Amino acid sequence: MRPIKQNVISTAVIATVGLPFVVLMIWSFSNRWFYPELWPRQWGFRAWDYVFGTAGFQIMAALVQSVLVAVVTALISVAIGIPAGRALGLYEFKGKDLISVILTLPVIVPPLCVAMGLHLWFIKLGVASTFLGVVLVHLTFCLPYSVFVLWGVFSNYNPDYEGQARSLGVSSWKVIVRVMLPLTFPGIVVAALFSFLLSWSQYLSTLIIGGGRVTTLPILLFALMGSGDRPVAAAVSIVFVAPAFVALAFSARYLGGKSIAGIR
Amino acid sequence: MNPEPSKASTILTGTDARTRESTSLSTTGVLVAPALLVVVVLFGGGLVLGLIQSLAHFPAADPDRLTFEHFANVLSDPDFLRSLTLTLYVSTTSTAIAAVLSIMLALVLISLSVKYRFVHFIFQIPLTVPHLVIAVAVVFMLSPTGFFSRLALKFGLIDSSASFPLLINDRRGIGIILAYVWKEIPFITLMILSVLRNTGVELLEVGRTLKAGPWQRFRYITLPTISPSLGAACLIVFAYTFGAFEIPFLLGQTYPMMLPVWAYKNYSDVDLLARPEGIATGIIIAGVIIVAIVLSQTLIQAARRRGAVS
Repeated sequence: MRPIKQNVISTAVIATVGLPFVVLMIWSFSNRWFYPELWPRQWGFRAWDYVFGTAGFQIMAALVQSVLVAVVTALISVAIGIPAGRALGLYEFKGKDLISVILTLPVIVPPLCVAMGLHLWFIKLGVASTFLGVVLVHLTFCLPYSVFVLWGVFSNYNPDYEGQARSLGVSSWKVIVRVMLPLTFPGIVVAALFSFLLSWSQYLSTLIIGGGRVTTLPILLFALMGSGDRPVAAAVSIVFVAPAFVALAFSARYLGGKSIAGIR
Repeated sequence: MNPEPSKASTILTGTDARTRESTSLSTTGVLVAPALLVVVVLFGGGLVLGLIQSLAHFPAADPDRLTFEHFANVLSDPDFLRSLTLTLYVSTTSTAIAAVLSIMLALVLISLSVKYRFVHFIFQIPLTVPHLVIAVAVVFMLSPTGFFSRLALKFGLIDSSASFPLLINDRRGIGIILAYVWKEIPFITLMILSVLRNTGVELLEVGRTLKAGPWQRFRYITLPTISPSLGAACLIVFAYTFGAFEIPFLLGQTYPMMLPVWAYKNYSDVDLLARPEGIATGIIIAGVIIVAIVLSQTLIQAARRRGAVS
């Protein structure tokens, strides 16, 4: 391809990907911006002051709630996902295709269907409208996803090192902590990050199971969109999208960005 | 379990032997069981409980008898048919547009010179962006007082916000489709790229020696090579757009609604009689999607047998 054509195409891709974020940025830094002005009449930090100052308590509470839910979900996903990923990545056994289908379904069947079904059961168990209930419903789709990432991680893992450690008389527990975990660490972090991200982006399942009691950032953002304060909604959107960029940069660094294909 | 066939397949496929290591079924069982248990109990349980609730009499007149009443109510509701038609149209259109653009993007990306390698990173950004964020951004860009409306007015294309075409909360679902296309292109493109990177250029060179034009080379060499992966990716995207909630909730019109929004509206209705119908609609959505996934898995497996996908 000619360099000029490559230039045009690269610019087009960057513009298409970047435009939504540019628009959100402009809106979040506009104090006064009336239709039909193309640029804000007055730039400023009103929205950001509101997010971290005036309404700081409410928004910070939602931010903390979101982080807690996502971190706990990611930790459980990875803890349960590592053994499963190891078995699927290292060994050949019957039923692997079936397991693959069973794990694919929760990633793609919308949380709506599952959350509506679980709600009544969760009410009876007393976990509806609680932190635990929301983590459990998030786990339904975060866990399969982290298993898929770890499956990939362990297919590139050489267990011979473990044999060498064991032949030197190291206990099994130490083999896991000193050999397996360090060798697979970047992959594990990516699995955790994407599990975090999936949970972080959840709206409807949190709303149904949390019943409005567990207020995460997306729940707050929907309320803000209803209120019509665009600069504030834009600022919260930017806070909401930030972890996505961290996760992407990290995966690009450690996995060449390969494993993000399944993230929704 | 018999290790011999797997060894044979190792030789045939040339896969690294250590990934094909054999171990006792009980060891792998113990390792996989917790994950499978959680998924089967929470996901399977959620679907089964949903199915039971949508088949139960309500209010519980006779809890032991099942009824298809709620499903019948849903299926005979003219609103359901309108929602279903709209949802099928939006999902199919966004999948088709995303597929065409992804093919073009993948073919361009594969031939970009090393200097432009950063584009390979940039184009993946939408993958990790929450749907809600792109939906909010689309509102800011395409609403009658949004960025594009201001731009159109500035360039004299329209004379007031009222003459800007309705692009969100509209009858044709344009805002929804655009948001989905933006979000799903990287996924389909990555699936196509993984095939293109593995196939090499030999076939295309043979085509060139045989004096096949660019279109012929695409139509008879590239397209057949990528089609299993492309098909699988499209089915996944279709399934996703068919059942997702955030984008249609924010960008959709009030009537008829997209199916997932309609399901949730019924589920959360103050009239508790509508609740089982909301769940029944959810089960119908899940049913359509599960059929699509099983189809896409079959396609991927067929592709794998042909050695097109690693």
